Amino acid sequence: MNSEKVTKNLLFVASIILILLAAGMVLTLASGSIPVFEKFGIQFIWSNKWNPTAGREQYGALPFIAGTIITSVLALIICLPLAFSASLFIGEFYKGTFFAKIIGTMVDLLAGIPSIVYGLWGFYYLRPMIVKLGLNAQGFGVFTASIILAIMIIPYATSISTEIISLVPNHLKEAAYSLGATRMEVIWNVTVPAARSGIIASYILALGRALGETMAVTMLIGNDNHIPKSIFGIGNTMASVIANQFGEAEGSKLSALIAIGLLLFVITGLINAAGKFIIKKLA
Amino acid sequence: MKKLLFVVAIAVGLMSCNNGTKSTSSSSSSETKSAPSSSISLSAAGSTFAGPFYKTASKQYVNLTGVTLSYGMTGSGAGIRSLHDKVVDFCGSDAFLSDAQEAQMPAPVVHIATCSGAVDIAFNVPGITSIKLTPEVLADIFLGKITNWDDARLKKINPGVKFPKLAMTVVHRSDGSGTSFIFTNYMSKISKEWADKVGFGTSVNWPVGMGGKGNPGVAGTISSTVGAIGYIGSDYAAAQKISFALLKNAAGNYIAPTIAAVSAAGKGEMPADTRIVETNSSDPEAYPISGFTWIILYKEQAYNGRSLAQAQATVKFIQWLLQPTAQKVAEELNYAPLPEKVVNIDEAILKSITYNGKPILQ
Repeated sequence: MNSEKVTKNLLFVASIILILLAAGMVLTLASGSIPVFEKFGIQFIWSNKWNPTAGREQYGALPFIAGTIITSVLALIICLPLAFSASLFIGEFYKGTFFAKIIGTMVDLLAGIPSIVYGLWGFYYLRPMIVKLGLNAQGFGVFTASIILAIMIIPYATSISTEIISLVPNHLKEAAYSLGATRMEVIWNVTVPAARSGIIASYILALGRALGETMAVTMLIGNDNHIPKSIFGIGNTMASVIANQFGEAEGSKLSALIAIGLLLFVITGLINAAGKFIIKKLA
Repeated sequence: MKKLLFVVAIAVGLMSCNNGTKSTSSSSSSETKSAPSSSISLSAAGSTFAGPFYKTASKQYVNLTGVTLSYGMTGSGAGIRSLHDKVVDFCGSDAFLSDAQEAQMPAPVVHIATCSGAVDIAFNVPGITSIKLTPEVLADIFLGKITNWDDARLKKINPGVKFPKLAMTVVHRSDGSGTSFIFTNYMSKISKEWADKVGFGTSVNWPVGMGGKGNPGVAGTISSTVGAIGYIGSDYAAAQKISFALLKNAAGNYIAPTIAAVSAAGKGEMPADTRIVETNSSDPEAYPISGFTWIILYKEQAYNGRSLAQAQATVKFIQWLLQPTAQKVAEELNYAPLPEKVVNIDEAILKSITYNGKPILQ
């Protein structure tokens, strides 16, 4: 047996294991969520009642789906201007300079901070600021969680788009300059369009990260199992309700939590698919 | 350099192996030389409300017997689940199992009441250290009808207290909890609207307010949020110096959640299986939101290949918790010690616990 064959077989086995793992996870999640769908029907997905009291049990995932999507999209909106300017700054304007390297390292550093540290910082420092600004009475809520999420996803949105922007071929830009374009014109008409699909891909990656974030969100969102009344109201997310309640859950409640896990999985998958579709269309 | 890393890795590996094999003899002998050597370690999980008592008491117990206890403060709900899955020797819970819940356990269980404690109504309003509350006002706060500290009804029962115009933030538990059970049980007794709309249980559908995880989470949220009001185990309010409310009891007196007031609530009848909720006691001196906390364990201790020694250590530890030495620890931590008649009932239950059908205690 030559080494090429060994390598090939090894790679084959490794990929099969990956497929089995993913399929196994989906299967267990799906089978675990059957009881709740049997009991409450497909309405489970859009019902807004969540009542774990014995004898009055009723479960619906809508408050958590709403909380997850509102926080993630809001976080992406807050993060966009920062991430976009940072990637233009590092990848285009100050490309290769010492200053750009420092900023780049700082942004990457943000990705390395554990989620619980963001939560702690949010709890003790961001929250009082929100209260001082008068946005809501106690500083907890969807908006606070979104700000923390935005900071957490900046590195994901920034680093890939920086890479893509700095990879835009020089001859394209030079051609534009030779036609008399100003620097701004080159950036808006050449660099950004050429890097468009990559930039969008990085934002979708960031959104995916925001959807699943748990610890920092659960510390700040207020853990209220109702649909948020406004972006300054309190709420809960899919990941956060699972983290809070899995410990003692049993019966229908456990099944409801597993079903929420499955829905989160599906939503993340849909967003990734949408991202791939957009990239394909633009490229 | 590489060699050094290798040596460190081996050392770490060996150390972890040593921990893995249940022999605590090395650690117990290093802690206290006089302690009898024992290789038994108990594992338990559950109530965060009673957690400080079990943890502190077990530190004394290890000096006496060498038997160690690792108690995971997971919340009562998760503790019961761990017992159900047979991964712990016993669980701590502030809510007893209902008949339906007992039927869901894989084998018969027994409840041992270990102490009782108050659930404080804790609040955070700058400049105010003490307020009075009536059951009606408390219910309306948690039903979301009173939303500002500047409320006329609050002012009426607290003449002389200057309430600021400040939004009220209700804080409750986000996880399943025995503290919530005691609190919502009381609410259901004093407010018909609460009983109809919300009901009681270890976790309920809260009409208003935000959730904190565990007693420490709620205590932290209250102490860091101006205008907050919530319920926590009284040991947490005392430890974190959070202000608490005096509550009007069934006899019409405003009572602070003191040890004496909790003891007064526990004076009533005690059934032979100790399963009773003592909220809203009719005793004139009683604090109305107090309750017993229990250790729950299997009546037949030979399961999952547990050794007789393990079973004996489990039962003896619980028996020791009922003794005056341990009950004094409870009192120091702001729990009310057990009345003698409850100790007697507990002892009788402990004697009914068996190993392969034979009683463990003689």
